[in-house]
Amino acid sequence: MTRQVFIKELEVLHNDVIKMGSVLELSLNEMIVALQDMDVELAQKIIDRDDEIDLLEQQIEKECINIIAKQQPIASDLRKVTSIMKIITDIERIADHCADISEYLMQIHKQPTMKAPEHLSDMIQVMKKMVVDTIDSFVNQDADKAASVIAQDDIVDNYFTSISKELCDMMQKDIKVIPQCVAYIMIIKYIERMGDHSTNIAEWIQFIVTGKLVLS
Amino acid sequence: MSNEVSKFSVQELDLYYSNFQALKKINMEIQEKEITAFIGPSGCGKSTFLKTINRMNDLVEGVKVDGKIYLDGVDIYKDIDVIKLRSRVGMVFQQPNPFPMSIYDNVAYGPRIHGIKKKSVLDEIVEKSLRQAAIWDEVKDKLKKSARAVSGGQQQRICIARTLAVEPEVILMDEPTSALDPISTLKIEDLAVELKEQYTIIIVTHNMQQASRISDKTAFFLTGEVIEYGKTEQIFNTPKNKKTEDYITGRFG
Repeated sequence: MTRQVFIKELEVLHNDVIKMGSVLELSLNEMIVALQDMDVELAQKIIDRDDEIDLLEQQIEKECINIIAKQQPIASDLRKVTSIMKIITDIERIADHCADISEYLMQIHKQPTMKAPEHLSDMIQVMKKMVVDTIDSFVNQDADKAASVIAQDDIVDNYFTSISKELCDMMQKDIKVIPQCVAYIMIIKYIERMGDHSTNIAEWIQFIVTGKLVLS
Repeated sequence: MSNEVSKFSVQELDLYYSNFQALKKINMEIQEKEITAFIGPSGCGKSTFLKTINRMNDLVEGVKVDGKIYLDGVDIYKDIDVIKLRSRVGMVFQQPNPFPMSIYDNVAYGPRIHGIKKKSVLDEIVEKSLRQAAIWDEVKDKLKKSARAVSGGQQQRICIARTLAVEPEVILMDEPTSALDPISTLKIEDLAVELKEQYTIIIVTHNMQQASRISDKTAFFLTGEVIEYGKTEQIFNTPKNKKTEDYITGRFG
């Protein structure tokens, strides 16, 4: 087999994306726990970890540019390298939103107690599955699994609509909860965006595997 | 595309060197005023196929050709005189091969053979051909100098001018830049893209980036067969055949 150096560089790139994905998964899981338990310390840890993700993004970006400059990849190799440059932006955004949610969680924590919206944890679970499945489909370059991620996005969107309504009702009933409800609206918007970013990644994975670019 | 016109139609073409079958059942439509690139490893048959297109294999001992090649619907192995064929289908080779004579005489050689004697007409053809080959400005003051006294890249463009001087319809290029430096290579590539406005160009190249840069269609050859033939963009982005993918991405052998 020829091009051993290049193949090695692609392997390193692939593994670095997986590494970035696992740091994201860690932040995601901790964000869910922090939100459930209103754990401010854990939230701060998530915010601090954001720099690590940013550094990984920059490092992978450099690797991609180097591979393009030195190896001139084509066909599936080019699809992989260029898609990874897009994918890492979405991974970084999802991680950003973990930190964003952590910030709002800290705000909610300062306010008088209010029950979290009823279906918030359901919405989070669907989004979490999307993110995890996206990372899995990248690891295994699995276009079918990527398609299943895309199919779940509507569920997250529907939760966003119904929970927004629920929060509006709560604010109308009791003006004291308005600051918290506003924070929750921001949180569910971030969750909804995390689903969108997972969808983007899933579409790039389909492109890597099939060569067909179908962007929503 | 519906407006594409076939310049060559190749049907069930087999070629044997004595007992060795060098081309197997080639079927291909080559479009007019496009650049078609042939890629593939050494010995895959791409140069052999290029040579069958203007019957350069006729003189090779033991060659047998089966199947048909039509040029504008005319069977080139049956219904056309080979001299006439080669005036319509010119060729540029791997090593620049200017004749041992002046730049002017090199370019005027073909037209003279075809009976053009008048100096003013020859002058016009020489200038026009050298201009078309993007070499006029570099050699206009040394037309009487030997064509071998200029750089390799310039020699190759003089050879292209010599080919253009007999006003062919098709230009075959057999690895035309493999002996040239990068700048000369890019000049020939730009020239090829310019020339396709008027000519049908078929190029054999080992330089995959070159094929992807300049050609409209690409054919991948392997052990005498066309493994995949299609739009260059498709071949280099999403090849359908695993063998094509392995070859162009360098995972070969």
